[in-house]
Amino acid sequence: MKYFPLLWAALWRKKARTIFTLLSITVAFLLFGMLQGVNAGFNQAVEKANVNRLITTSSIALTENLPYGDMAQIEALPGVASVAHASWFGPYYQDPKNFVFSFPVEPERYFAIYPELVLPKEQLDAFTNTRTGAVIGAALASKYGWKIGDRVPLHSTIWTKPDGTSDWNFDIVGIYHCPTDRQQESAFFFNYKYFDEGRSFGKGQVGWYIIQVKDPSQSAQVAAAVDKLFANSPDETKTETEKEFQQAFLKQIGDINRIVNYILFAVFFALLFATGSTMMQSVRERVPELAVLKTLGFSDTSVLTLVLCESLLLCVLAALLGLGLASLLFPGLKDVIGLVSIPTPVIVEGIIGAVVLALVVGLIPAWKAKRLDIVEALRG
Amino acid sequence: MNLRAIPQRLGTSWVIVIGIAVTVAVLVSVLAMVAGFSKTLSSTGRADRVIVLRGGSVAELSSTISRDNTINIMDAAGVKKDADGKPIASAEMVAVVALPLKKTGTAANLTVRGIGPKNAELRPEIHLIAGRMFQPAVRELIVGRSAAAQFQGVDIGSRITVRNSEWTVVGEFESGGDAHESELMGDIETVLSAFRRNLFQSVTVMLDSPEAFAQYKDKLTTDPTLTVDVEREPDYYAAQSKQLNKLLNFLAFGVGGIMAIGAIFGALNTMYSAVSARSLEIATLRAIGFGAGAVVVSVFVEALLLSLVGGLIGAAAAWLFFNGNTVNTLGANFTQVVFHLTVTPQLLASGIIWACIIGVLGGLFPAIKAARLPVATALRAA
Repeated sequence: MKYFPLLWAALWRKKARTIFTLLSITVAFLLFGMLQGVNAGFNQAVEKANVNRLITTSSIALTENLPYGDMAQIEALPGVASVAHASWFGPYYQDPKNFVFSFPVEPERYFAIYPELVLPKEQLDAFTNTRTGAVIGAALASKYGWKIGDRVPLHSTIWTKPDGTSDWNFDIVGIYHCPTDRQQESAFFFNYKYFDEGRSFGKGQVGWYIIQVKDPSQSAQVAAAVDKLFANSPDETKTETEKEFQQAFLKQIGDINRIVNYILFAVFFALLFATGSTMMQSVRERVPELAVLKTLGFSDTSVLTLVLCESLLLCVLAALLGLGLASLLFPGLKDVIGLVSIPTPVIVEGIIGAVVLALVVGLIPAWKAKRLDIVEALRG
Repeated sequence: MNLRAIPQRLGTSWVIVIGIAVTVAVLVSVLAMVAGFSKTLSSTGRADRVIVLRGGSVAELSSTISRDNTINIMDAAGVKKDADGKPIASAEMVAVVALPLKKTGTAANLTVRGIGPKNAELRPEIHLIAGRMFQPAVRELIVGRSAAAQFQGVDIGSRITVRNSEWTVVGEFESGGDAHESELMGDIETVLSAFRRNLFQSVTVMLDSPEAFAQYKDKLTTDPTLTVDVEREPDYYAAQSKQLNKLLNFLAFGVGGIMAIGAIFGALNTMYSAVSARSLEIATLRAIGFGAGAVVVSVFVEALLLSLVGGLIGAAAAWLFFNGNTVNTLGANFTQVVFHLTVTPQLLASGIIWACIIGVLGGLFPAIKAARLPVATALRAA
């Protein structure tokens, strides 16, 4: 630590050069923060997936529905603890731009299978007992200023009523929280019964089933048993763990993710050259100074450490600046990717990346400094 | 003269070249993606073709239209009639099937479209490139060129099972690179029965002329038996791709812009060190009578030349690696949309222009510094 002033002085020996190098590293980490943040946003759903839950969808595609009658049959299978279902309602509020993630469910079944969604008991009871009742996430509530007791109309893009309209009215009876993942707080749940009685087609069907298994190690067997149950029926199913389901969904977004990785790779490749050449140059120019340090009694190793620390200081400082800037700008991307802040692991990865970068670019110049011959260097 | 000295400063000169090459490569390839995507969309649809969906349903997949309504929609005034006096229109349904992708082996969504008997007149751009057309009332499908390239098990002769019914792929079609090339198509009545549906999802009609649109739209929206949205095809497809377009534009301009700024810093760095390495040389030039202008020009030329080399390398890399590549992602209707990366000469040119702009900006301040270099101090320092 006592060498800090020395390091600092060495770094600012050539102000312009250090500033420009600093800024180009900052830019690289700004990009890293933003792009990895986007990637992490996509991946988060996979990481948060629950191992106890299976998702059963139609084997044709997620968009095909399944008969409601399947539920009792699934429930009777050994290894199944409980079953819930949900469907895709696809509505918007007032304007198509205000899309709402809304699902008709059976309240008690659904909230029992998703214990991470926290809803007070009396609100759950009110939900069960109110035909037009709806329970919404805290984030959604604050977005539109909705509160318990409000009557909210939604326009479904899919489901029409027998009179040909697709405007559905709901009474908000509860607001749930999800302390483990705030991103889950934007859904809108309402009663399946109200939905099924009200819609003009597709009656008696649900979108997908969620199965809670008794023992997570039996997931694969239970999933196979469910699919076997409906094999060769008109509604064949595909059952996977929640994690597999999310991963498959992510793969559909496909190449966008890959492209982001390409870009990051290219950026860091260029950065390696830029920073590496700066460090080389800086050491080359200071050959006499380093020789003096050695003459004063600094060992070879401490000179090596000194140069490495200098590179470390530069890279980490710049990385922190870049990541800081990224966290400031990130909320601006909210409507592109729907994530409000850069997840912490990305920041940590960034800092680790900076350290690795510093060591890679600092190693050759540091080695040169270590091998420096005092007499030769001072003569030059 | 200073150019001949570049080899001596190879290390730092590479920084400009590589920095700019990478920036240009990323910029050109992302722009190629944007261009490919908008080409796929702009070639889908004609101004005289109209798509009719149920009111407020936003996308085809969520729409439903009853058989009675499809007749009203097709018979309304303004719809072009063919030789035997029937409207050139197609009432369609779309369904999604999940099939494995060739690239990853994981399942992805593919659109199956049931099309009406007038499809050939309605969409003359569709023609078969292999096999034959499906026959009505038989479980046969034709596959679009892009879908055939992306998915496993959709080649001619392969069988696809949907709800206990087996379908055979009998032909492959192309339609000028538009969105329909990412679809499977079959006879509407057969597809409806296989998916056990009795509702259509959209009606596409050909109008007498693009100008007939307003009148046709009025006719349908004032019909009390109908609640529909009427849109010209190009408008519909543009709206469908808004989200993806936003993401691609963010990648192109957001990321490309930030990278360009980074490259400018790199260029500044290189040119400053070039100037300081040559300070003795520059001072000598000034001492023997060269003006400040000549010095500025020499620094500029060096910066520009290096950026040009970088720009060329970057553009060439983008062209070599990405031209003709296909990219697929989740698009409208919850299914895969495939688009081709086309690195056009214009894109290459714009990449190189960007490189030059970066070079000029990166060379500007160092050039001024070089010109202002006090001759006496510089010579004495040596």
